[in-house]
Amino acid sequence: MALLEVIGLNKYFDGFHVLKDISFSVEKGEVVVILGPSGSGKSTLLRCINGLEEIQSGQIKLNGEVINEDSTKWHLIRQKIGMVFQSYDLFPHMTVFENILLGPLKAQKRDKKEVARQAEELLNRVGLLDRKNFYPRQLSGGQRQRVAIVRALCMNPELMLFDEVTASLDPEMVREVLDVMLELAKEGMTMIIVTHEMEFAKAVADRIIFLDGGEITEVAGAQEFFTDPKTERAKNFLNIFNFKEYKKGVDNNEKI
Amino acid sequence: MQDLGIRVLIEGNNLYRLMGGLLITIRIAIISAIISILFGIPFGIVMTSKNKLVRFVCRTYLEAVRIIPVMVWLFIFYFGVPKLTGIHIAGDVVSVIVFSIWGTAEMGDLVRGAVTSLPKHQKESGKAIGLTNLQIYSYIIIPQSIRRLLPGTINLVTRMIKTTSLVVLIGVVEVLKVGQQVIESFVLQSPSASFWVYGFIFFLYFIICYPISLFARKLELRWKE
Repeated sequence: MALLEVIGLNKYFDGFHVLKDISFSVEKGEVVVILGPSGSGKSTLLRCINGLEEIQSGQIKLNGEVINEDSTKWHLIRQKIGMVFQSYDLFPHMTVFENILLGPLKAQKRDKKEVARQAEELLNRVGLLDRKNFYPRQLSGGQRQRVAIVRALCMNPELMLFDEVTASLDPEMVREVLDVMLELAKEGMTMIIVTHEMEFAKAVADRIIFLDGGEITEVAGAQEFFTDPKTERAKNFLNIFNFKEYKKGVDNNEKI
Repeated sequence: MQDLGIRVLIEGNNLYRLMGGLLITIRIAIISAIISILFGIPFGIVMTSKNKLVRFVCRTYLEAVRIIPVMVWLFIFYFGVPKLTGIHIAGDVVSVIVFSIWGTAEMGDLVRGAVTSLPKHQKESGKAIGLTNLQIYSYIIIPQSIRRLLPGTINLVTRMIKTTSLVVLIGVVEVLKVGQQVIESFVLQSPSASFWVYGFIFFLYFIICYPISLFARKLELRWKE
């Protein structure tokens, strides 16, 4: 049984059809990367999966259980689905440690000692244990995103969603965040990642879902997608990231 | 007759009476401010509701309070309500009721402003770690809003203290009314009484409101760190 299953999901924003009949599933331990042009609905799709956006039709199943019914207690489901956003979303009035402990203590009502131990261990793994009593504003963007990842991990989620977590980082900080995610993938964490980092996608993904205009137009293994995309749209999309033809001093018009 | 000058303040039991009036002013202002803050916070949160009807009702209440002068509210409750219901409410109680109605609306609008000025992601991050709405408000939204609320709230409280001077009109003998009485009975012996008495009342308002402003500034500085 798949860990996550999305069946015929449709989503409208003020009459605009943003997600069209989306169906896919994610196995336990699998890393799925969602690619696509901006405005194709990638982030919206992620947000639907943990109930931040309402959907108009379709089903979302976690461990075989439908989670998008009216009776769904989303705050309980979200304890099993971690999410990290693009913007730095730490709580500015709390220290790093308080940020991480809030969910496990208040939402999950776990034992403080046990959670503190786990939080320290996770912070240590992302190299930020010495920053545990810092406030978010004292950290760099990359450090904040690593803390945000730890905050989500400390809930022991079954599934992690990453929504363009490096998109607003300075280039030299992107790597430190991606490394943490690669590490997680290696450990077998189930993840759905929306990213614009193509090389990273290639390295981390088991499968690529290509979204265009709110539709899934291609699903393929990572290798296959990057070397031999089946659809024209995916080919065009990948070509955007190819700069080889544009060399300095070469007049591109001459070629045509 | 020789002018008593500043001594008008200590003549007879004038000082005692003025302080008594001040106490009434402070009591009305403080009780109203506490009620306003207690009710204003939940009211402000309700104002951020997505429900259009809820928002419309809140908006109507707020606008009604803003459009109708406080003085008119005092008259409605003191003279109007007894005519309609036969229940007479004492002047100081009416004052507290009216100031609380006014304060709750203004406080609510301050809270609404502070809450909506927080980035949307703060709430979503709270949701993403499995917190309930109540937990999100108590641990994330309200603690962050309070800092943004402080300047406006202090402003509101000092405005309330000053506006209590209106309650004279419904027969509550607060500091300003006591002052007038003192002036009336001493104006013959001391033609400059009004200068000294009103000057003293000015000073009284100042020593109540100024520490509040100072306290607010101190808190703001401390939170900045």
